[in-house]
Amino acid sequence: MLYREAGDFKTSYREDGQTFPIRLDRWGYYAVLAVAFGIVPFLINDYWASAVLVPFLIYAVAAMGLNILTGYAGQVSLGTGGFMAVGAYAVYKLMTAFPEVNIVLHILLAGGITAIVGMVFGLPSLRIKGFYLAVATLAAQFFLVWLFNKVPWFYNYSASGQITAPERTLLGYAITGPASSAAVKYLVCLCFAVVLAWVARNLTRGTLGRKWMAIRDMDIAAEIIGVNPLTAKLSAFAVSSFFVGIAGALLFAVYLGAAEVGEAFGINKSFLVLFMIIIGGLGSVFGSFAGAAFMVLLPVLLKNLLVGGFGWPTNLAAHIELMIVGGLIILFLIVEPHGLARLWRLAKEKLRLWPFPH
Amino acid sequence: MEQLIFAGEVFLNGLMTGVMYALVALGFVLIFKASGVFNYAQGVLALFAALTLVGIQKGQVPFADLINAVFGSRLEQFGWTVPAALAIVLAALVMVLLAFLIETLILQHLVGQAPIILFMATIGLAYFLEGLGDVMWGANIKALDVGLPQGISDGIEQVTAGWFGYGYFIDRLDIWATIIAAALVCALVLFSQYTRQGRAMRAVADDHQAALSVGISLRFIWVMVWSIAGFVALVAGIMWGTKSGVQFSLSLIALKALPVLMLGGFTSIPGAIVGGLIIGVGEKLFEFFIGPMVGGATENWFAYVLALLFLVFRPQGLFGERIIERV
Amino acid sequence: MLDRTEGYTTPDGRQIGGVLMELKDITLRFGGVVAIKEISFDIREGEIRAIIGPNGAGKSSMLNVISGFYHPQDGEVWFKGRRRPPMRPYQVARLGIARTFQNIALFDGMTVLDNIMTGRLNKMRSGLLSQALWWGAAEREEVENRAEVEKIIDFLEIQNIRKTPVGRLPYGLKKRVELARALAAEPGLLLLDEPMAGMNVEEKEDMSRFILDVNDEFGTTICLIEHDMGVVMDLSDRVVVMDYGRKIGDGTPDQVRSNQEVIDAYLGVAHD
Repeated sequence: MLYREAGDFKTSYREDGQTFPIRLDRWGYYAVLAVAFGIVPFLINDYWASAVLVPFLIYAVAAMGLNILTGYAGQVSLGTGGFMAVGAYAVYKLMTAFPEVNIVLHILLAGGITAIVGMVFGLPSLRIKGFYLAVATLAAQFFLVWLFNKVPWFYNYSASGQITAPERTLLGYAITGPASSAAVKYLVCLCFAVVLAWVARNLTRGTLGRKWMAIRDMDIAAEIIGVNPLTAKLSAFAVSSFFVGIAGALLFAVYLGAAEVGEAFGINKSFLVLFMIIIGGLGSVFGSFAGAAFMVLLPVLLKNLLVGGFGWPTNLAAHIELMIVGGLIILFLIVEPHGLARLWRLAKEKLRLWPFPH
Repeated sequence: MEQLIFAGEVFLNGLMTGVMYALVALGFVLIFKASGVFNYAQGVLALFAALTLVGIQKGQVPFADLINAVFGSRLEQFGWTVPAALAIVLAALVMVLLAFLIETLILQHLVGQAPIILFMATIGLAYFLEGLGDVMWGANIKALDVGLPQGISDGIEQVTAGWFGYGYFIDRLDIWATIIAAALVCALVLFSQYTRQGRAMRAVADDHQAALSVGISLRFIWVMVWSIAGFVALVAGIMWGTKSGVQFSLSLIALKALPVLMLGGFTSIPGAIVGGLIIGVGEKLFEFFIGPMVGGATENWFAYVLALLFLVFRPQGLFGERIIERV
Repeated sequence: MLDRTEGYTTPDGRQIGGVLMELKDITLRFGGVVAIKEISFDIREGEIRAIIGPNGAGKSSMLNVISGFYHPQDGEVWFKGRRRPPMRPYQVARLGIARTFQNIALFDGMTVLDNIMTGRLNKMRSGLLSQALWWGAAEREEVENRAEVEKIIDFLEIQNIRKTPVGRLPYGLKKRVELARALAAEPGLLLLDEPMAGMNVEEKEDMSRFILDVNDEFGTTICLIEHDMGVVMDLSDRVVVMDYGRKIGDGTPDQVRSNQEVIDAYLGVAHD
């Protein structure tokens, strides 16, 4: 009864185009932000930060990035892991080469570098489409991982071949390295996630977003009504890689602290992020968060249930997790190809009409 | 000169590897032609087939770990071993059953969806089957032996030693794999050209609607094609499993089959074979000549980059048909 | 023969201007198949020009040549008095040529409003940063262009479906939304590929009215392909008739109607 748009009249096109046209949605959104910024940092502990919240926020950024490319622009990529690696190694090189520069700038620059790399690997998208392109992005995945593995300059000739994040501070708080606290890590990732979500929303509701969606829905018609496929596709690759690069930089510098490229950014990472957007919802910013939350929480819950609850061996639980993830992907594609975001929207539409369903 | 002689050996080994790639790629092409599904799970099918074969042969109890975990029992083995030939037949039957289940539980419900959705569904299938294989038979590396000859071929070594003063090392298993793969391809071509089912299969590949309208059962054809692909996967699984043990990395050969397909075109059986050979030889020669200069392990990406560059210049692949776009 | 620069006056008293687009000896082949053979005709400012012909005559191919989707092997395309070099379709769109499609080509994942807004993409100039921050040019443009789009929505009477995803609309409405998208670009030349195919009589009447209104109110030059002879003869000022890729007739509806070759092509002729 409370949740409805009746009486909430729009008197300008600006109001009509806003993100949350319904008043209750707007309040809900502000309430979530208030809790996330005002309450969670005081309650958070190391377990919650490292097992759930920090990876959730970082993967949400990566999922938004892939969603821009795949969900909005319709170009399937299996190279997300490789592009995250670019972000991670870029931020590592920047942090070690210019220690005096603020780390936030490094992270943004790492995103920019990834955007350029993404555009280079996006060039074939002008000639090849669909799963040909999906397979072509595997070239990026394997080549980039190999590159960071084999060229010692990227890992500063360290003996282990690993990269380790040096300690950097922001406003006097350590945000990378062993001294950083759970709350600080969480807040840094939260800021990036919120700002980037806002940017993603802006880009996708405007001119650029329409170009992307036009290319996705019918590329030939899009070109005939005046969309330049070159700029539309490359901008999607660039923006997407910018997000993914920042996620990679955060994953390495803030979350992992140290990384080995094959392990942290392998092909499985590409699939993980792809699954997030399938389950969360293709072409939805909210879905990117929902999918990231789902895929981060699922293993934690399963582990608690199967290993903690039933006392099953860990490797058996891991295999069952594979089955469940695979099964869920298929189930979602069959039942609801638009994912959790669509289910959420349907629920809201029902609620809007409740208690008079007609 | 010496370089060239060594390169000859690398070339031959590359050809053998290429045959293996072609074998996996063949499974892809069959399914793609008949159902328009780009089956990412083909490699995992090979892994699953090989795991099942070993499990049956050794008399392992399926789902032993799960049963033990739930009931606290200590089941491992039935205590018998099954002869290789019978085990292969049983494993093939399991693959047919799997094909039926995939058709009923997945494909049925995704008819008419965009190809890319189907593609992502097969990625889900790959994860599911990987988990299932491990839960059924355990994740440890298993040796597979169905009696295929192994070891270095003495004959070839002696002959080439006589020619070049340097004996080529060629694995007898590779030679057998090539022969079996060639026979399999011939059988498939004969099947699709000269049998009723084969013709129906080609009809479906050409046009689903038209095939339906002349009374061909799509469901039957799909189950059949997935069964054949399962059987091809079994053969590939036996070859790779015998060579390097049955383990997860076996499913990664599927990924290698993807660039093979891009090179050969998704719809062409000759394309899959030629593409497989080019990639097999190409990556071995590249590693041999260029690899040492850049730190090695170029096999990880060479195939993809080659296919990528190739596609930019010829988007339909070597043997694919040129598409005229319409609005 | 009509004068190149001087126009003419239609029977209902509208003044038609000079040549807007001229096609000279266009030949288009696909491999060995000749889709269009040495066709020439012109389209004049402000007129409604129709292309008719039996199935497979090459009408749609002709439209595809005009919109830059197909590139003819021979011949020249002149637009606004200048020869048009070979162009990509999006460049043609930027010259002010918009079109609709025979098999509706709307963006199914987007709402009606967003679909029509895509028609105005080339009016938008704001940069990436402005769009990312939704500040300055991006927001201003969005609101201005929305106002323009609303005018077209009013004009075509589709106010009630603005926020509906296009995929859910019935066929007739989709055709109308497609017209709206093309109009949103404020085209100098509007190409309509079978705008009335598959419609019932009532829908055809609506669509005819919209086409006439567009021509009348905005002065838009229209080139259309249509199968319904009644509609074509009523709507158009001049008609090109094609058969097997050749032009067999060109003139006012009355002239075309009495052309023996056209009658043969449509009614069939005894071969002995």
